[in-house]
Amino acid sequence: MVSKVLTANRLSDGISVWLDAAGNWVESLQDAFIARHAEAVTALEATGKQAFDDNKVVDANVVDVEEVNGTLRPLRMRERIRAEGPSIPYAAGYNGLAGPKHAA
Amino acid sequence: MYRYDEFDHSFVSSRVEQFRDQVERRLSGELAEDAFKPLRLMNGVYLQLHAYMLRVAIPYGTLSSRQMRMLAHIARKYDRGYGHFTTRQNIQYNWPRLSDTPDILQELASVEMHALQTSGNCIRNVTADHFAGAAADEVADPRPYAEILRQWSSVHPEFSFLPRKFKIAVTGAERDRAAIQVHDIGLHLKKDENGRIGFAVYVGGGQGRTPMIAKKIRDFLPEEDLLSYTTAIMRVYNLHGRRDNKYKARIKILVHETGAEELSRQVEVEFAALKDTELKLPETDIQAISTYFAPPALENRAEGWESLARWKKTDTDFARWVQQNVQPHKHPDYGMVTISLKPIGGIPGDASDAQMDAVADIAEEYAFDEIRVSHEQNLILPHVALADLEPVYRALVAAGLATANAGLITDIIACPGLDYCALANARSIPVAQEISTRFGSPERQAEIGELKIKISGCINACGHHHVGHIGLLGVEKKGAELYQITLGGSGDENTSIGEIIGRGFEPEKVTDAVETIVDTYLGLRRDRQETFLEAYRRVGPQPFKDALYGSAQEAA
Repeated sequence: MVSKVLTANRLSDGISVWLDAAGNWVESLQDAFIARHAEAVTALEATGKQAFDDNKVVDANVVDVEEVNGTLRPLRMRERIRAEGPSIPYAAGYNGLAGPKHAA
Repeated sequence: MYRYDEFDHSFVSSRVEQFRDQVERRLSGELAEDAFKPLRLMNGVYLQLHAYMLRVAIPYGTLSSRQMRMLAHIARKYDRGYGHFTTRQNIQYNWPRLSDTPDILQELASVEMHALQTSGNCIRNVTADHFAGAAADEVADPRPYAEILRQWSSVHPEFSFLPRKFKIAVTGAERDRAAIQVHDIGLHLKKDENGRIGFAVYVGGGQGRTPMIAKKIRDFLPEEDLLSYTTAIMRVYNLHGRRDNKYKARIKILVHETGAEELSRQVEVEFAALKDTELKLPETDIQAISTYFAPPALENRAEGWESLARWKKTDTDFARWVQQNVQPHKHPDYGMVTISLKPIGGIPGDASDAQMDAVADIAEEYAFDEIRVSHEQNLILPHVALADLEPVYRALVAAGLATANAGLITDIIACPGLDYCALANARSIPVAQEISTRFGSPERQAEIGELKIKISGCINACGHHHVGHIGLLGVEKKGAELYQITLGGSGDENTSIGEIIGRGFEPEKVTDAVETIVDTYLGLRRDRQETFLEAYRRVGPQPFKDALYGSAQEAA
């Protein structure tokens, strides 16, 4: 079967996150826990619903991925863009929210 | 421009505090998402692919320098140093934290701005001609009427839960620069034979999955009846608009299914009951609102003619920019400047915090503190003396804002597409960037002349592809992006919906397809004066189909 991961957006800031094997929501798809059989997928779905009900995340979804040379790659472009960010350079000079532009 | 009165200040501030409480309760878990979502949407907060998005209203696209500086400040302090100006003359921030949004709204309120009714099934930001109050061909300034509609429609209890969102546009000239015929209500300001001000009223236009051109249901509505007649339309729509199917809920479907004649009759019945009620606009109220929009005191600056001619001779880039981005003003010594937010290969509509600050500075020094956002995702300085064009240009060059392409093939409208939007099926921005780069040479653009390309990343048509001379619609087919091309659309006084030309193109082939279309046009136009749209309307789609797909091949 197709491998699957659980993804969502964090409630407080909306940033895309994935569930890792320790049950933490992390910002990198590559750290996500991979479900490779039906029981694991069911568990992921239940975890997503619980995290939504617990107001930790919104828009929780289980999505299809493939493993290419040890790297996770979502099958849908939408999910690839969610994982990698906009496909264009979009914020010249942006140094991250902790960077100097945002120190003021 | 309009200034908040005590009521406005108190109302907007109370809404900020109300939303602050709602956000706090959401973050603490007291409010579940299902309860919170409609509340955040009422305050302009969406959830996109990577983060929340905040859409801030810019009523009829008019801004002061102080307000523009606040938009820059918000981009810098709460977002990633940029904002995206939209086809509804608004601005969107793509990365705000939910927890910061009450503070952002509080800062906006301090400069008389908010994010109300930028989402939801209500009357959205009323748009107007971006050259309002300045255009040489204007009958009257549409903004006082847009402001009256804004005040009337803000949290209107009867019209806050319509079948679907509702968009109104007002134009004040015969030349329609506000795309009124693809709005739910389009108002065309005009004078009757006695010189009275009023409106031609169009209803039921729109884009999206079912594009429709609005039907004119009133040739002349006296200005004092604006609110009573608009209320009559809204009542008919609110009562009969479909609520069973989201995709059939816009007023365009009601107009289509009911017929314009019958719908007009129903509106007139409602109007007869409302005409002489408190909705009738007293002349004094219209005058009072109009005072806010009084044009700046424009002194004669005839010396500008000579200096402008001299500068143009010495600097061809400046001459090209004046030719393309400066339009005639009511006052002969002034011009209307389009600040292109379409740098070659750039992201349509994006501006950095530094660029927003630069525009604010320039507007303050040279343009009577007035800035507009156009629905074509550019900024406008509506009143600039010809004598000041050269220093304005130098300042724009320094800010990376002097691209001389207004109305040309690289002045592309594009929605955020799949790079940001949760609804999108395909990307728009990279397609716009590649086309812009391909046609970026100033000589080539000048040779092609006026040509509007508009790109949407899904059928909702935020990129206005239906009214692009060349429209591109991104779809997902078998997990990959594909771009469908339409030709012959137009969003002006001769509105038309583009026709699908044939099967779609893969991302790596779509720019070549556009180039084939452009080359075909250049080969068949009668002369340089015949624009792409005129040529298309003369010859129809066949030569373009032949060029794209081969004459023997049936375009599927």
